[in-house]
Amino acid sequence: MAILETIPVVADPMLPQPYVVQRVDKETPDTFSLTVDPQDGVDDVAFKPGQFSMLWVFGVGELPISISGDPAQRGRLVYTVRSVGKATNALVSRKVGDGIGVRGPFGVGWPLEVARGRDVIVVAGGIGLAPLRPIIYEVLQNREQYGRLVLLYGTRSPRDVLYRKELAVWARQPEMQVLTSVDYGGLSWHGHVGVVTTLFKYARLHPSRSVAMICGPEIMMRFVTRELEMQGLKREDIYVSMERNMKCGVGLCGHCQYGPYFICKDGPVFPYERIRPLLDKYEL
Amino acid sequence: METLERIIAEHPFFAGLESYYTGLLTGCASNVRFNAGVYIFKEGEPADNFYLIRSGKVALEILPPHNRPINVETLTEGEILGWSWLLPPYIWSFHAHALQETRAIALDGKCLRSKCEQNHDLGYEVLKRFGQIMSRRLQATRIQLLDMYAQK
Repeated sequence: MAILETIPVVADPMLPQPYVVQRVDKETPDTFSLTVDPQDGVDDVAFKPGQFSMLWVFGVGELPISISGDPAQRGRLVYTVRSVGKATNALVSRKVGDGIGVRGPFGVGWPLEVARGRDVIVVAGGIGLAPLRPIIYEVLQNREQYGRLVLLYGTRSPRDVLYRKELAVWARQPEMQVLTSVDYGGLSWHGHVGVVTTLFKYARLHPSRSVAMICGPEIMMRFVTRELEMQGLKREDIYVSMERNMKCGVGLCGHCQYGPYFICKDGPVFPYERIRPLLDKYEL
Repeated sequence: METLERIIAEHPFFAGLESYYTGLLTGCASNVRFNAGVYIFKEGEPADNFYLIRSGKVALEILPPHNRPINVETLTEGEILGWSWLLPPYIWSFHAHALQETRAIALDGKCLRSKCEQNHDLGYEVLKRFGQIMSRRLQATRIQLLDMYAQK
């Protein structure tokens, strides 16, 4: 007995933990943020910005979803999910009080230790803002540890803009610049129109003292990394978050293999320099 | 008081242009202001000018068939509005809609084309600058065509 008590309890990463939906926020017509707490009320779950969880909708399936909430709120997890199929539709249809299963958090997050003392450039495309939002929370809560924060955010149309209220609040923060663009604007949209790379001409950047973190469709990240290099950022100061069909979450099953890497274990956040040779290979 | 020549010389589009050429451009230039909501030009109209935007915001709009105009690009301070004045048939391909009060320098296309014909060095400087703008906007349009945020 005494021996057993000295062995630390390690949660089985393959065993979903029961969580309860506390809030469901409609972000866009097809995208929702779910806030969940552990069913047992034990708030010992910590995550790093950029990590993801495997979410079980019992009887439907399991999905890899990035954590989009505040890392300072231990125990409480937020996921922003776009409804694109049966499982995601079932997930966003959960009501307050419903249960889901959560495995994780998994993966390598954003390199905040590298960003300390430097300007942080965050470039998001579409729902790619979700895994980047925890960085923004982290920087704003520890303002003295970071330089300027520049957010460049592109979406397809005005109706696809996530976290509208927060974007407005962030835009008023000192030492923060928020630039938003849509690919196509209606007559009522008076913001910027053009692909996300066109925002760089408005960004006040100091490339030599900046770290860039990018998340969005791979094609967008390819163009953004090129633009960042043209702006003078070194490749080693650029990080990207990749997405593949994660299943086990711990690098065992091989579903998310990307060249020599498993996205779930070696990523999803990678130094651009490491992943760059693979980005142009459409076979992957 | 800022002179037209100085404003042109300091506009990012003409950065690095020799003062002699700036002087030539000034002869074709005038100050203009557009209230929010007005159309600066419309598709199909003669393209007689181009504009160096000094402040404000302009939307380039395209009319899809049987639908309301779509804003495909916005231009703001420091940017160039219009290149249809440069190439035949000198007809605008888009609507330009001032979203905010917009101040600009208008350059008379016919006047400038004539000066470029007379002075090919000036013509080359102008074409180099428009070539860069065209290239960047073509690239942006190609990315836009990928519709990269669409659900796959």
